[in-house]
Amino acid sequence: MSIQAIENPKVKAFPTPAKPAEVIAFTAKVRRRFEPGAIAGKLASTLVPPAVVIVVMLVIWQIACSSPNASLPPPSQVWTEAYDLIAHPFFDYGPQDIGLAWRVLISLQRVAIGFGLAAIVGVALGALVGQSIWAMRGLDPVFQILRTVPPLAWLPLSLAAFRDSSPSAIFVIFITSIWPVIINTAVGVRNIPEDYRNVSRILRLNQLEFFVKIMVPAAAPYIFTGLRIGIGLSWLAIVAAEMLTGGVGIGFFIWDAWNSSRLPDIIVALAYIGVTGFCLDRLVAAVGAFVTRGTTAK
Amino acid sequence: MTAYLKLDHIDKSFARGGQVSEVLKDIRLTIDKGEFVSIIGHSGCGKSTLLNLIAGLTKVTAGAVLLENKEVDSPGPERAVVFQNHSLLPWLTVYENINLAVSKVFGRTRSRAERHDWIMRNLDLVQMAHARDKRPAEISGGMKQRVGIARALAMEPKILLLDEPFGALDALTRAHLQDAVMDIHSRLGSTTIMITHDVDEAVLLSDRIVMMTNGPAATIGEVLAVPLARPRRRVELSSDRTFLRCREAVLKFLYERHRFVEAAE
Repeated sequence: MSIQAIENPKVKAFPTPAKPAEVIAFTAKVRRRFEPGAIAGKLASTLVPPAVVIVVMLVIWQIACSSPNASLPPPSQVWTEAYDLIAHPFFDYGPQDIGLAWRVLISLQRVAIGFGLAAIVGVALGALVGQSIWAMRGLDPVFQILRTVPPLAWLPLSLAAFRDSSPSAIFVIFITSIWPVIINTAVGVRNIPEDYRNVSRILRLNQLEFFVKIMVPAAAPYIFTGLRIGIGLSWLAIVAAEMLTGGVGIGFFIWDAWNSSRLPDIIVALAYIGVTGFCLDRLVAAVGAFVTRGTTAK
Repeated sequence: MTAYLKLDHIDKSFARGGQVSEVLKDIRLTIDKGEFVSIIGHSGCGKSTLLNLIAGLTKVTAGAVLLENKEVDSPGPERAVVFQNHSLLPWLTVYENINLAVSKVFGRTRSRAERHDWIMRNLDLVQMAHARDKRPAEISGGMKQRVGIARALAMEPKILLLDEPFGALDALTRAHLQDAVMDIHSRLGSTTIMITHDVDEAVLLSDRIVMMTNGPAATIGEVLAVPLARPRRRVELSSDRTFLRCREAVLKFLYERHRFVEAAE
């Protein structure tokens, strides 16, 4: 520090002191990874275009809904009337008056249970269908028919079976998201190269070892494609299911807001749902990319 | 003296949609312990099928495979296969690929430290210890095949089965690996059966060359002993009389007496 200051007195004028030790530790490898300019450029190129589009959309929306007889509120009105919801996602004023983040978390909890069960059962059933030609012949037509049933069509039946709204909503998630998991897992298992099977036969792996050590990793790219479609579907289904079953989820919040004519609240809730769905999708994609990093890089 | 491995009147036919196609007929062969035997023939003559029968991956239609006088009809680690396309599991590292085999075969009989030493010893044997933490996608084709050989050797097999192990490699890499296999064979004395369609390779590596006739219903046409002393060096052998005589014998068999006819049905 002092040496630098003597060599170049201007350095003193800058508020951030330069640390010589850090400069020495800055090896070529590290520099490649943390190049601030490149990262800033990349961030700008990914963030600026969507930001511009959003601003343009907000402006158009504002202009379109500004007339006094517009049926929908403009963004400025949403901001002022639903400010509490936007600024304080975690407020808690009693059983039915909680922030949107809490509601999203409650919905997410239902999704986690329903989707988690669907993932486990779906992978197991998919493995069975992919492994056994007779299981496929028997089960595949049934699956193909059942998977076209819309999520909400299951709700009356599940309400009748479980006699409670929460397990019914979870069941709807389960039954919605399981089909893509089953079908993709089955395709993945059917596509396991014969050589991997031969390796396991020579090693005399038992069924469980084959499932854990060969089948799941080999089919992982397919399984994660199924899981990704499944989580998207289950997020679609939970909002719809909650609108009908009530409770404290984000879906019921929309229904409640509609009944009390709070349109700005609905718009904020839609934004929450969209962002959460996007995050869920990216989360599963990221887990998949991490888990299958060996399998896909052929 | 009883043979180490005996192929006793083996027939193999595949039934597909009511049609039965006979692939192998009346295969008779005995192989001694420590012997290196190549099986050569034109493509489609059923030599890979024969290897799969010995490995137990395919079941014989008639006859039997006898290893130390015991019939074998299912696959097992005592007949380890090195596959043509290496068949390493891409999500495991080199070390983990071999560990999968070692912990399955020796999981009960050897301690963790012993298994680790054994894995490293086999990696050293094929000169791949430096790549233990790499995944198969990160190493070259020749290196993958080396790891495949190490995995097979790590099972401590009674018989090592090589299914055209160098077929997918370039000529130089192939030569390196042939030398490596010769070296390993001389050190371990492992009984080895290799499928190949390369005449030089067969003569260079083998004690005996089994020549197959063309299919359908292929059988063993001739067995040629290669009376060359070991260790063998490819450069010296290229002008060696015995080498050339053996080479000529195989070539004559393949291209004069059992010429490959594409339209043969």
